[in-house]
Amino acid sequence: MKYVLMFTSDVDLNEKVDPARAEEVYKRIFEWFNQGYAEGWIVNGGAELQPPGTATTVRHSGGGDPVVTDGPYVELKEVVGGFSVVEADDLDGAIAIAKTWPHLELPGTGVEVRPIVDHENM
Amino acid sequence: MSGPADADGLLAATLREEAGRVVASLTRRFDFDVAEEATQTALVEALVSWRADGPPDRPGAWLQRAAHRNALDLVRASGRRDALAQRAPAPAQSSTEPSSGTDDRLALLFGCCHPALAPEVRLGLTLRAVIGLTTAQIARAFLVPETTLAARITRAKKKIVASGITMAVPEGEALDERLDDVLTVVWVMFNEAYLSTTGTQDRDLAADAVWLADVVATSLPRHAEAWGLAALLRLQHARRDARFSADGTLVLLAEQDRSRWDRAEIARADDLLERAAKLRDPGRFQIQAAIAACHATASSWNETDWFQIATLYDLLLAHDPSSVVRLNRAVALSFLGPHQAATALTEIDALPDRERLEGYHLFHATRAALLRAVGRSDEAREADERALMLTGNEAEQRLLRHRLA
Repeated sequence: MKYVLMFTSDVDLNEKVDPARAEEVYKRIFEWFNQGYAEGWIVNGGAELQPPGTATTVRHSGGGDPVVTDGPYVELKEVVGGFSVVEADDLDGAIAIAKTWPHLELPGTGVEVRPIVDHENM
Repeated sequence: MSGPADADGLLAATLREEAGRVVASLTRRFDFDVAEEATQTALVEALVSWRADGPPDRPGAWLQRAAHRNALDLVRASGRRDALAQRAPAPAQSSTEPSSGTDDRLALLFGCCHPALAPEVRLGLTLRAVIGLTTAQIARAFLVPETTLAARITRAKKKIVASGITMAVPEGEALDERLDDVLTVVWVMFNEAYLSTTGTQDRDLAADAVWLADVVATSLPRHAEAWGLAALLRLQHARRDARFSADGTLVLLAEQDRSRWDRAEIARADDLLERAAKLRDPGRFQIQAAIAACHATASSWNETDWFQIATLYDLLLAHDPSSVVRLNRAVALSFLGPHQAATALTEIDALPDRERLEGYHLFHATRAALLRAVGRSDEAREADERALMLTGNEAEQRLLRHRLA
């Protein structure tokens, strides 16, 4: 089954983490992706997103032209920083992969695990 | 001879023994939600048919056939190809005795108690899929509206199928963590049943919990905590005939007629606790069982070894540093003398989550006991009144009102 992993963290995490530590975690994230590709559990590397301050939202507006506003869809304390698509036998498998996400060592981080709609089997 | 109540008890025990096996075996051919729904329908059919005509010679096979037929109907009706479309053999050819093993039921139990499912739904799912209760029975037992419960369970089953939660016993380290979740659900099940007044439902849920704890322990004999929980539940269950007075008032441990305790059950619990101890892997359920055993071996309240109990609570804190444990420990300390009671009172008044505890009736009931022990009876009375305002449980309310009268 395929799952999206959405990597989240507190909006002010970057200010709270020592830059050397952040650098070191970043390196391990790079290795994590290499390993995922090599071992085949990463189906799609996805993307790392730029910070929420760079976001723009286009919203439904009652039938007229959709409205464009500054900012992410919802202003939250925690933000999505990136996503990837992984392959696992079941949710336990996907959770096991998510638990190895190097960023999780830092407080205020999380990974949402959600199955994708399987269009091939519908 | 046996009356309708005994017949129902027999029916319940039979269904309980077979239901989980049927669901587990169906999950091999069908998605979990189809397997569970099909079995649930078969259980309702069984209740109607067996009450009228008596149970069949091979109740497991009957249930299996009925559930299998229902599952096929469900798949056909919904046009779902995802029900593992291998040729499903006709029931007569497949093993008509449901597949062996507590192993299957254990897998089901671990699946229903998966951390990806909301804690409040794990119990409902377990009661339906593993024990074979109907939604109506669960709703009656726990006084929740049936429609709310049904909706919650339906959502959980959808999640199980959509997100790929497998009904399987985890391996290695994961097993220990997940086992604690499972044991907790069984523990909650027992407590919820235990707190309700007798005679309001047609199932003895406390007995069901004791049975389930046994199933888990015998399936995982090298896991000390499983034996610990089984022992703990038996020790508590042993006191059932002494817990309520004729008018349904709760009788406190201090006042219970110990001659009404089930000594055979206590002896059995001792064996279980010994098995646990041999594994040399202490944990919170074993320690709680040891505390319950202290009460069980005391011939009266006055002869209780409070020092031993207080020591055990100290040990328990290392495994479970929750406020509930601290409260219970404080009560034990209060029996070691007014000096200890005063210390205990200071301790619980200084608990970090004091604000949250203010809304917890047992917090006030504990304070009341301590205040009484140090002679501050007016404040004790106030604390009891707070406790009364906060408890929703009828039996506890009656007890508190009685104490305040």
